[in-house]
Amino acid sequence: MARVELKNVKKSYGVAEVIKGIDLDIAHGEFCVFVGPSGCGKSTLLRMISGLEPITGGDIRIGDEVVNRVPAADRGLAMVFQSYALYPHMSVRQNLSFGLENINTPRAEIERKVGEVAKMLQIDMLLDRRPKDLSGGQRQRVAIGRAVVREPKVFLFDEPLSNLDAELRVEMRGEIVALHRRLQNSMIYVTHDQVEAMTMADKIAVLRLGRLEQFGRPLDLYNRPDNLFVAGFIGSPKMNFIRGRVSGSDRTVMELETGERLTLPETGFAQQPGEAVTLGIRPNQLRAGEDGPITLEVATIEQLGGDSYLYGKLRNGTGITLHLAGQTSVRIGEVIAITPEIEAVHLFDSETERSLRLA
Amino acid sequence: MSRLWSFLTATRGRDRLHWTDWVSYGYLIFGVLLMFGPVVWLVLSSFKSPNELDRFPPRFLPYAQETLEIEGFDSPLLAFIVTEGELTGEVVGQTRRAAGRAEVVLPADPETRIRIPADTLAPIEDVAFATENYTSLFERFNFLQFFWNSTFITVMATALMLLVNSMAAFVLSKYEFRGRTAVLLLVIGTLMIPQTVVLVPLFLIVTEMGMFNSLWGVIIPGAATPTGVFLLRQYMITIPDEILDAARMDKASEWKIFWRIIVPLSAPAIAVLAILAIMWRWNDFLWPLIVLTRTENFTLQLALNSFQGELQTDWPSLLAMTVLTLLPIACVFMFLQKYIATGIASTGGK
Repeated sequence: MARVELKNVKKSYGVAEVIKGIDLDIAHGEFCVFVGPSGCGKSTLLRMISGLEPITGGDIRIGDEVVNRVPAADRGLAMVFQSYALYPHMSVRQNLSFGLENINTPRAEIERKVGEVAKMLQIDMLLDRRPKDLSGGQRQRVAIGRAVVREPKVFLFDEPLSNLDAELRVEMRGEIVALHRRLQNSMIYVTHDQVEAMTMADKIAVLRLGRLEQFGRPLDLYNRPDNLFVAGFIGSPKMNFIRGRVSGSDRTVMELETGERLTLPETGFAQQPGEAVTLGIRPNQLRAGEDGPITLEVATIEQLGGDSYLYGKLRNGTGITLHLAGQTSVRIGEVIAITPEIEAVHLFDSETERSLRLA
Repeated sequence: MSRLWSFLTATRGRDRLHWTDWVSYGYLIFGVLLMFGPVVWLVLSSFKSPNELDRFPPRFLPYAQETLEIEGFDSPLLAFIVTEGELTGEVVGQTRRAAGRAEVVLPADPETRIRIPADTLAPIEDVAFATENYTSLFERFNFLQFFWNSTFITVMATALMLLVNSMAAFVLSKYEFRGRTAVLLLVIGTLMIPQTVVLVPLFLIVTEMGMFNSLWGVIIPGAATPTGVFLLRQYMITIPDEILDAARMDKASEWKIFWRIIVPLSAPAIAVLAILAIMWRWNDFLWPLIVLTRTENFTLQLALNSFQGELQTDWPSLLAMTVLTLLPIACVFMFLQKYIATGIASTGGK
């Protein structure tokens, strides 16, 4: 069983603390995605788990063993790197067998394993080529093959698809998920692309500036974001945020900065009268029409045929995105009224940026 | 071959030569003369007999005076042609020469000795290569011993230097440790100290270690060169760290990473350094001169030096040995010069 557990893990370079105490528990066989904007420390965290980067505080546990002082080679992990990091002077076959040779696997055994993995990843006809003669997608497969062939306890992926073109990325995404299903191993996958995170993960860890913002299943993160950052980061297009204040006399009324008034759900959120709050609403949960509490001046329209996106501004200049199913007759410059679906709104404390949702 | 020819005869002007053609070809020819002139002169001179070498003004090709085998004389006589007097146009053999008069005989009439003024005789000469300059190297001197000494020092010193320098460069380029910059600065700093400055201390160390008059005394002090460390480090920096991380994840030991990953990937830079090291070691003179004093330990360069005495210089041997000394290094250079160019471009330029 390869459970990966992080307890208050920290990392600093001199005085700069880049990982500020992270607790995580990744169960055996789980596909966990670390996601966050660049510089959030997700790759560093992965390298700390791999053992390539020493930690400055806390504990990392793989299986039942605390591995803080165990070198990378002995942690029983395999890693796929962003640049693939194939050995350029070795053939694909040598790339795959290098790790096995290092643990003194018998020749015949190496042959068999390399053959199996190559077949599984459809690189068996490339075995005698050098990495420079392969396409990006093929290199990616070889890099994955090199990790698979050693049968590690946990796979680590460091933004493995970021160098591929869009089409190939979608294809490889599917293959990695299929691989996970077949191998039933734990996988930890780093990406900055929330679509990748949403489509692949069993659990997502959203990181920002070295802190864990939220850890949970993709749809939980989507439906019940803990804070403004996660709400804005997960989901595409981004959630709309409208700032205002809860009315001093009635906690179901929100006075927007634009002067307009909006009805808030009575239950589910812990808003207090007079509190500064930010209302979050996803673009597909806004209704457009003649009547509504908020007016929006449309600035741009994207008609995709099946869907339409309206981009506009509130009276105070706040940008709002609106998703409409089908095609729309709204024109640029028109002023329309919008209504948030009351059961779909999210409410955050404007100061702490934390969700006001009651558990 | 035709491509080479069309390359060598490329011109800018289509029909007539453009003025830039004149300038560039003139410049190139001047350069060829400047570079190759001395070498050609050296090679031709190495085939000249001692008399020919002493001759003034010197001549381009090696000439030797013809001799005549004439009955009644034990050794061949020098052949002359008479330019004045009764015998004008006759080929004669000279038996004696003294006080401006020469005693000659006609080949057809060996009995009659004729005395004529020496200045009416012109020597009959022909191009002849004095190969004995070379053969005598093997007969009179222990050329093969010198050659072996030079080869042994060059090969061992180069191998040792590549090993030591690449390991040092690996550490300085790929490991983070306290004082790394200081070590690097120290290495680069030693580049600024000329070898002559450390000659005496180095000599004392070598003597204390018992390596005086041993080939190892020449090999070991040159095993680590700052130039080599710096050159290789600059190249190794360009090898992505992720490849090393991948190898570490693949359970490769650091030693294995060095041999299986770093060395093969640094091959271009190592090749450059190898070529440079071969040239340095082969042509090295000052340090071997100090350490090696016994003739059987001499390198080729030292042997060359020993031909040049205070009073007398054995020019034929000196020249012939110089040519033989040049040959290996010229071959190395000819076959590997493209690696030097590309290697230096890819290491120094970055």
